[in-house]
Amino acid sequence: MTNENILEAQNLRKSFGGLVAVDDVSIQIAKGSMHAIIGPNGAGKTTLFNLLSGIMAPEDGKIFYKGENITNVAPQRRAHMGIGRSFQITNIFPNLTVLENIRLGAQAIGKDNFRFLTLAEAYPGYVEKAMAVIEMVGLQGKEGMLARNLAHGEKRKLELGIMLSTEPELLLFDEPTAGMSSEQVPELIEIINKVVRAYNRTAILVEHRMDMVMSVSDRITIMALGRLLAEGSPQEIAHNPQVQAAYLGDLYGELG
Amino acid sequence: MKNIWKKDKGFVIFVALAFAFPFIFSLLGQTSLTEGTNKFWQGQLINFFIMAVFAMSYDLLIGYAGMLSFGHAASFGGGAYTVALLLEHVAPDILKSYQIFIGSTNITEIVILIVCFLAAILVSILIGLLFSASAMRVKGAYFAMLTLALATALNLLARATDFVEWTGADEGMHGVPVPLWINPTQNRLTFYFIALAFLVLAYILMKRIVSSPTGRVIQATRENEDRARMIGYNPVTYRTLAFVIASVFAGLAGGFYALWTTSASPSMTSGVTTVNVLIMTILGGMGTLVGPLLGAGIMQIFSQFLYTWFGARWPLVFGIIFVLIVMFLPYGIVGTWRLQGFKIKQGWQRLLELTKTKETPEK
Repeated sequence: MTNENILEAQNLRKSFGGLVAVDDVSIQIAKGSMHAIIGPNGAGKTTLFNLLSGIMAPEDGKIFYKGENITNVAPQRRAHMGIGRSFQITNIFPNLTVLENIRLGAQAIGKDNFRFLTLAEAYPGYVEKAMAVIEMVGLQGKEGMLARNLAHGEKRKLELGIMLSTEPELLLFDEPTAGMSSEQVPELIEIINKVVRAYNRTAILVEHRMDMVMSVSDRITIMALGRLLAEGSPQEIAHNPQVQAAYLGDLYGELG
Repeated sequence: MKNIWKKDKGFVIFVALAFAFPFIFSLLGQTSLTEGTNKFWQGQLINFFIMAVFAMSYDLLIGYAGMLSFGHAASFGGGAYTVALLLEHVAPDILKSYQIFIGSTNITEIVILIVCFLAAILVSILIGLLFSASAMRVKGAYFAMLTLALATALNLLARATDFVEWTGADEGMHGVPVPLWINPTQNRLTFYFIALAFLVLAYILMKRIVSSPTGRVIQATRENEDRARMIGYNPVTYRTLAFVIASVFAGLAGGFYALWTTSASPSMTSGVTTVNVLIMTILGGMGTLVGPLLGAGIMQIFSQFLYTWFGARWPLVFGIIFVLIVMFLPYGIVGTWRLQGFKIKQGWQRLLELTKTKETPEK
């Protein structure tokens, strides 16, 4: 393993009953890169993410983060190690305010989680951090709103904000633009791109629409039916005949 | 502390009224402070204060931590039995052989009471941990069933004839020797103020806890467990904490209840007791803390009036009122007010503006 890889998965396997959702998947994520994993629905992308973030345990295979075996490390521990994750289905704290949603993330990596008798607001550091994140994702002016009252696009931004609030080094984005209207998508992609580049972080981005990730990714992995189909730079992927046939075929076929 | 008036006007007014109540009642009714109807209503309020703490502790569980436990009475009964058992079987021997006085104050009695409540805290922590350890890994209805089963087991333990010499089995313990200066029969006014102080202290502590960093994480685990885990919190740790904290307050309330009734009986650990606080909490509004306080007040005080108006049929009337409240105020009284209150204010404002525009054309 090279030091340049922040994350390395070896021969991961996970099945649900008879369905093998992730089948012998190995992947290396270079530090500081934006790595997209794309594939049609049901390709096993979210399952792979659940393995990488620790929500599910693989049946086989190993996961290394910064050279350390984290295959059996609990998700909350991984969060403290610097792995953050967003969810495909909006996963926020609906009855808390926007500020509180993000403040909780900032607090999580601090040392004040077991204080019972002081007000949470008595730790302005977390509030300041949260406000910075709110600005980063473009939710200024909505701090006091209950998260469930946000519009869908704003919820996606909040989802992103919660993830950023723990200051992760490795960001796992599970279809961050899911359900957003096509006008809103570029803005969110731009925010993600900015965050990753400006703070020199590493991101893995799962999408099922290829056009979204072509311009921002350094490297693209194609998944289908639980297996890796191809991997390369965006140009290589776009010109890979196998990929075109299996995945892009429909799209470009119609256009042609 | 300086903000308590700003944030909690209602509670401050309530405490002031509760503090002044015996005196006002005595002035208005020309009655003695320590006898007759005044003493009776002090008793009703004492009952209310203690049940309010119990109901608020239940709110920590179901309102803030989102755990629907049907076994909360186990902690309440546990506290009651601990205090009653120690007062009945341990304290008399100590008092017989060993007493220290400072002036006319019997220090030994005070120390014994403190030890009783420390023991009640310890027992309720253990009950909280027992419940957490066995029920924390399941959710929803399974969690509710497991907690009910555990509470029933403790209820059976309280009823067990094997320990009849100690616990009185089905009969429970009655006439537990409570020190004279705090005895609710002889010195009810003293007990009244101690119970009020207990309520105020418990409220402030619980309010602090739910607003603390830990309390916020507890609410986060209620809202979304997966999310909480992914930002680095272990939900089981925080839910266990919430369970133990709620159990401690319930245990203390139980201890006070044992002092107040000078008894401990199996019904204190029964499902009916849990359902009572559940009704109080739902009436007032889950996750509001003052809601269950209000709910306890309605249950304890209002039911007295219902009893005088409707006699033995009062539970039927109360049931109908409860159903109506749940139908029309689904978040409880305080909860619905917090969610919809601004709409009422808006509507009121609009109404005022309408009356203004009506007046101007006439001029």
